[in-house]
Amino acid sequence: MQATTAEASPVQARVATTVDEHIVEIVSDSGEGAQTCGQIFADLCARHGNGIWTVEIIPAEIEPPKRSRAGASGNRIRLGSRPVTNAGDCADIVVAFNEQVLYSRIDAGALRPGTIVFVDGSWLASPDERIVQQYREALADFRARGYEVIPLPIVEECLRHADDVRKGKNIWVLGLLCAIYDLEHTKVLQTIAARFARKGADTARRNADLFTAGYEWALRHVEQRFRVAPCAVPQDGAAQGTVVMNGNQAIALGIMSAGIEVCSMYPITPATSVSHFLASAFEQTGGIVHQAEDEIAAIGFAIGCSYAGKTAVTITSGPGLALKTEFIGLAVMAEIPLVIVVVQRGGPSTGLPTKVEQGDLMAALHASPGDCPKIILAPATIGECFHFMITARKLAEEFRGPVMVLSDANLATGQQPFPKPVFDPAWLAPPLDMSPVEPGALPFAWDPETGLSPRHIPGQRGGEYVVTGLAHDEYSHVAYESSINQRAMRMRSRKLAVLQSALKPPIVHGDASGDLLVVGWGSTLGTIEEAVDRLRADGLKVSSVHLRFLSPLEPGLRELFGRFKKVVTVEVNYSDDEGDPFITAESRRYAPLAQLLRAHTLVDIDCWSRVPGSPLPPSVIAQQLRLKLSAAENLCRA
Amino acid sequence: MQGLKKEWDILPVEQHHDQKDYASALPRWCPGCGDHAALNAVRRLCYEKQLPPERTVVVSGIGCSSRFPHYMKTYGFHGLHGRAFPVACGVKSRRPDLHVFVVTGDGDCCAIGAGHWIHALRYNMDLTVILLDNNVYGLTKNQTSPTTRLGEHTNTHPHGAMIPPLNPITVALGIANASFVAQTVDWHPAHVYSTIEAAHQHRGLSFVRILQRCPHFSAHVFDAPLQDPSLLLLMEHAEGITLDADKSKKFTTRMQHDPRDLNRARAVAAREDVYPIGLFYRNERAACYDDFTSQGLSMTQSERQNAIRAAIDRFAI
Repeated sequence: MQATTAEASPVQARVATTVDEHIVEIVSDSGEGAQTCGQIFADLCARHGNGIWTVEIIPAEIEPPKRSRAGASGNRIRLGSRPVTNAGDCADIVVAFNEQVLYSRIDAGALRPGTIVFVDGSWLASPDERIVQQYREALADFRARGYEVIPLPIVEECLRHADDVRKGKNIWVLGLLCAIYDLEHTKVLQTIAARFARKGADTARRNADLFTAGYEWALRHVEQRFRVAPCAVPQDGAAQGTVVMNGNQAIALGIMSAGIEVCSMYPITPATSVSHFLASAFEQTGGIVHQAEDEIAAIGFAIGCSYAGKTAVTITSGPGLALKTEFIGLAVMAEIPLVIVVVQRGGPSTGLPTKVEQGDLMAALHASPGDCPKIILAPATIGECFHFMITARKLAEEFRGPVMVLSDANLATGQQPFPKPVFDPAWLAPPLDMSPVEPGALPFAWDPETGLSPRHIPGQRGGEYVVTGLAHDEYSHVAYESSINQRAMRMRSRKLAVLQSALKPPIVHGDASGDLLVVGWGSTLGTIEEAVDRLRADGLKVSSVHLRFLSPLEPGLRELFGRFKKVVTVEVNYSDDEGDPFITAESRRYAPLAQLLRAHTLVDIDCWSRVPGSPLPPSVIAQQLRLKLSAAENLCRA
Repeated sequence: MQGLKKEWDILPVEQHHDQKDYASALPRWCPGCGDHAALNAVRRLCYEKQLPPERTVVVSGIGCSSRFPHYMKTYGFHGLHGRAFPVACGVKSRRPDLHVFVVTGDGDCCAIGAGHWIHALRYNMDLTVILLDNNVYGLTKNQTSPTTRLGEHTNTHPHGAMIPPLNPITVALGIANASFVAQTVDWHPAHVYSTIEAAHQHRGLSFVRILQRCPHFSAHVFDAPLQDPSLLLLMEHAEGITLDADKSKKFTTRMQHDPRDLNRARAVAAREDVYPIGLFYRNERAACYDDFTSQGLSMTQSERQNAIRAAIDRFAI
């Protein structure tokens, strides 16, 4: 088989096949820019009016070996004619810069027979015979697997416009994809100009040339054309327009919009990019990013800032959360408002640093000495990553303590359009109240019913008191009497019950009763609901509910669970599988949300969870739910 | 107040404070503990400088020394073991109007909090730091600290400390951007006060180590300079810490040391034949991290709101 070359005869212009949705993947060696290509392509699809969801394919190392399965870097873009909420199942088109990185996607189950595979055919011309051999064998294998394989002369074509092909292939491929999906040429060139403007006029022009070359080459040589119509109804359903960004950018914008002025952090994947965006934009809105010497100092600095009146945010991931736990306990004990964002990754230990997991729920809830009640929120969409930051700061100040926001690697790097937030000045924190405190006012004047108390801020005359992590009374005096500790613990705990009393029960997706209720939290919202919708389309009595508050839990769960024959959580987490050796009803370890809900509701909740380091596809969830349903039916019959 | 209507109840901006305005509880330190000397000096400084108690924050970690904030009638933060520095930096970050003191001990600063200590010296924020160094863990009853002298018997090293002690002064002088490093001893209250006064005066992180005794576990460690005062080396200079002539005359061993001379400061600090006290080093031009952390504080609400709207617009499609 030969690589298609520019000299091959041009194809006839084809009529585009209209599809409701498509999944496109671009994969390359690390450093070849497949991620940039994917991000721009996603942005263009969003501008075209498509619903999108993206997933970054990230190697754990900066420079993994070239042409290796472990080194695959890139992006998956699912685009549709309706809002898209998750990464979907198998890819329709994959563009691979070499055949070895494609294997990592095959291993991940990302391809199906019929997937169109564009692969760089330039490897056939490699002087290294082993590479040529590998390439030939791989292509034969791909065809045997049923993929539609189309070699591209990427290197050859790029060399016409760029000296360093490693930095040009991605934009040539972007041109190719834009031709295949018939995206408007001029908009694309504007985007490229904007994207590369900072790198100078030469770079911008070279990228424009590469794009046009890829675009025109595809027009002449590629038969496949697809049309994914824009969403019929504007996705926002409102006049304010649409924004598209990833979850970490949304958190960063939410931080600014919440009136938080200090983000104190230590670099950790996959949370760090929040601070990257903030570092570039925070200055204009009057805020700062403090890069501390370690995770502990990062939260300590944030607590100091919050104590002095300016509620700060600290951002981390699981290993960082582990280091911050002593300070989280102090913030609870001393009732210091604080926002803690945890962008979860795979654990335990260093785990899967770039991959998705929801494994920090229990650490968020309990990892601190003693009883440590705190508020925990979990956004489920990119839009919620933005809006929850505003809620988080307000709750932190109103309830006088730390509020944790649990995101994950899937939300962090996933791009999704959402209605452009209309900034409301009420989102900002009010200016510091420096007026003297009322004579006799105590630093912890706990309302005996709610546990809530106003705080004194340095600068307020007459409010001087000493914060202490020791058990203390209303004066913040160290508790030397035995009754004080019980009372103070009760007051801090009561605040969560008070918040729960103000929350609405969660909204059920599907019918309010039935055979099976699926419970999820965080980034799995879209994939769970898509799986549930498929089952419902088959007439199965399945519904789902997605929790946004994990501490306190939303009210009404026990009653809700009682309306379904079976309740199962779906989580990107580890749990023992029933039927495995030694795993009994007594020894089985459940996934964290299931553990929490079982303890909270006394309902015999089941779970299905996996830790593949990638989002759970809706087809896999649907299949597992079917198994759970039939197992439940068999049990009933028996 | 004369000329004001009766219902006028806003307090005057300036208010005179007397000494008791800075003192809260009676300290629960043991009689003879060096911490008392530092507390007296800081209370006196607040009074002499008329620091508004509501704009004064004393931050500490854990240990005997870290009970300090409880005895000041100012705002205070008695936090976690070793973590006073990050908290203090955070307090100062958006509140340049506050006078922030850090009180720490040899375990708190030089062991569990050593990383923060080093970086706080680098950040050089405007903090007055007092290290109460009694060479031992007192609160937890006699364990070896990083400054415990070789061979001293403790509950964790009953056969004697086996590793030479860390010298907090040479360490501090080795950190890039450190801007004020001084040392004094608890048995010379006048020198303690002058040192803390100079430290507070300095803009940037001023690091003061006070050599002191724990009456229970390290009462003897400074017997040598107490019995032979000539072992105390008083560093003097027009740019340094000044004592009244009659007070400085009591020191028989004195030297001129220019606190702008870092290399000489390091050499003096490393001397083991004497106990140098006074100002080793001061650099008023060192970068202050506060200049960065306080940026944007003067923005108006509408400037801030417009900037946030513009940031959101960057993502519009």
